[in-house]
Amino acid sequence: MSIWEYANPKKFMQTSAWALPWVTGLAVVALVGGLIWGFFFTPDDYKQGSTVKIIYIHVPSAMMAINAWVMMLVASLIWIIRRHHVSALAAKAAAPIGMTMTLIALFTGAIWGQPMWGTWWAWDPRLTSFLILFLFYLGYIALWEAIDDPDTAADLTSVLCLVGSVFALLSRYAVNFWNQGLHQEASLSMDAEENVADVFWYPLLVCIAGFVLLFVTLVLIRTRTEIRSRRLKALEARERMA
Amino acid sequence: MIALLLRDLRLAIRAGGGFGLGLAFFLIVTVLVPFGVGPEGGTLAKIAPGILWVGALLACLLSLDRIFALDFEDGSLDLLATAPIPLEAVVTMKAAAHWLTTGLPLVVAAPVFGVLLNLQGEGFFWLTVSLALGTPALSVIGTFGAALTVGLKRGGLLLSLLVLPLYVPTLIFGAETVRRGTEGMETGAPLMLLAGITAASVALLPFASAAAIRVNLR
Amino acid sequence: MNAHLTVTDLAIRRGGIPVLEGVSFTLQPGRALVLRGPNGVGKTTLLRTLAGLQPPLAGTISMPPDAIAYSGHADGLKATLSVTENLSFWAAIYGTGGFAPVLEAMNLEALQGRLAGSLSAGQKRRLGLARLLVSGRPIWMLDEPTVSLDAASVALFAQAVRAHLAGGGAALMATHIDLGIAEAEVLDLAPFKARPSTAGGNAGGRGREFDEAFA
Repeated sequence: MSIWEYANPKKFMQTSAWALPWVTGLAVVALVGGLIWGFFFTPDDYKQGSTVKIIYIHVPSAMMAINAWVMMLVASLIWIIRRHHVSALAAKAAAPIGMTMTLIALFTGAIWGQPMWGTWWAWDPRLTSFLILFLFYLGYIALWEAIDDPDTAADLTSVLCLVGSVFALLSRYAVNFWNQGLHQEASLSMDAEENVADVFWYPLLVCIAGFVLLFVTLVLIRTRTEIRSRRLKALEARERMA
Repeated sequence: MIALLLRDLRLAIRAGGGFGLGLAFFLIVTVLVPFGVGPEGGTLAKIAPGILWVGALLACLLSLDRIFALDFEDGSLDLLATAPIPLEAVVTMKAAAHWLTTGLPLVVAAPVFGVLLNLQGEGFFWLTVSLALGTPALSVIGTFGAALTVGLKRGGLLLSLLVLPLYVPTLIFGAETVRRGTEGMETGAPLMLLAGITAASVALLPFASAAAIRVNLR
Repeated sequence: MNAHLTVTDLAIRRGGIPVLEGVSFTLQPGRALVLRGPNGVGKTTLLRTLAGLQPPLAGTISMPPDAIAYSGHADGLKATLSVTENLSFWAAIYGTGGFAPVLEAMNLEALQGRLAGSLSAGQKRRLGLARLLVSGRPIWMLDEPTVSLDAASVALFAQAVRAHLAGGGAALMATHIDLGIAEAEVLDLAPFKARPSTAGGNAGGRGREFDEAFA
């Protein structure tokens, strides 16, 4: 049995129905646990005070904002190459979630930045890149909405996702070139001691796991909805033909 | 292929619009900016590179939806898709025609408009060079956007939404070249990167555009 | 020129829904085939599929490469170009030379310098059909070619088709009127209307092209 079996809508519906409660449960546990741990059981930072605790939302959402796009890119490639409907629908389902993650990262960044840098917004490379990423999400979703025929929409959005990925990377590079900013370097790396102290590091890991699980949960739910709506259309079409 | 280019140029000239509209829009943007930011020469000189690039970019955007829309409506696109020339070549010629009717006039007119915005010294040279190198990328990227939205009823606004984020790198490197040139700094790096984006776009994007047209025609 | 077209067990769709299935026919050089059937049966979709504008759902189409000249509902004329400019453009695209005999065959000589936009509907249609002659392709695919033509123009058109067939070409037409072409056979598409039960035949496994996989 190969992994492509799950590209069959029926098989996907069965498996996801079984997996969904588990993933949802784990997501809730990880998110609630991680956030409570982070918010109430870690010390305040000696420089930043309690504002630092927004890191438990800011960092995971920023990571998911990028990961969601990568997932859409992979799903789009699978659709283009192997033409599995579920793959295209999963990409469609992930887009609004990725966009929301981008928005959360931008807003929590602003809330964090205000006391730290004294400004809600600065044209810092990282911030700017996320704003551009948000625009890419916007265009991608708008294109899905604008096209009636689902296969045409899947094809065109996949091409856009591919080309958009290249240009998003280019933009990231261009923006770095354009302005060296005030955002701190990435807070996470394998070498944790260099970046964030252990007390912050472990709850952060739990929160990241929680956000990943939350993303998977939401994508599964939304993909199931898309499949059901396609099923409805297929049944209607069958009735019209009969 | 040359016949297609000539036909598109002829159509653009006959229908008016083509050359005039983009340029007029560029002029209006250039005239409006001082009303917005004030007539002070120093301020204008400082923002001139960016304003001129943004203005040129928006002027380019204005005529994008006409690239395929007319051919789609009158059936020419169907016929071109079944003709012996590959669709990739059709798309490339369409982009070339768009550049010749929109991009090239902007390149020529930009230094004149630079005077209005008090552009300084070396800036005129670098503005012309960067626009000459960068506007082909704007046309090719725009053609891709037009190919994605060709069959849609209200494609115009969506087209802007899709194309503008794709314009970001071109704009950054283009405007940066002029800014550095004006301040007498080294312009090699942004100019090279700009040329790189143009070369890569011209080489690769026609394949994506042709694929999008094929999807839209079926 | 080789105008041999064979279609085997073709299934096609429109807007994601199968419309025709099991369509098989052969078109020999020198023959014409007239597609009949009620509105919406899929005549236009069939012609577009054969012209390569959309992929078939199933079945095979075999014909020599670059054989088809397609003519849809719209003529692809540019209103601001003259009759000659329109024709010479397509002649250049198809890489064929002179179009003077074509102007004569379609009775367009007197209109040469006129802008296509100033022509009447029938004259435009004649110009659109002149493009087929210019293309030099052996198989013509015509979607309602006689719309807005008067009786004399229809006769002119039938004459052009007959000349094309006599020269070893072939033609596939979707039309409702009788052109009086002796070589023409009629293919009624109504019996090939796709049925929902069989449409999902390939829905198993990877759930290919059709939405039926979701049902």
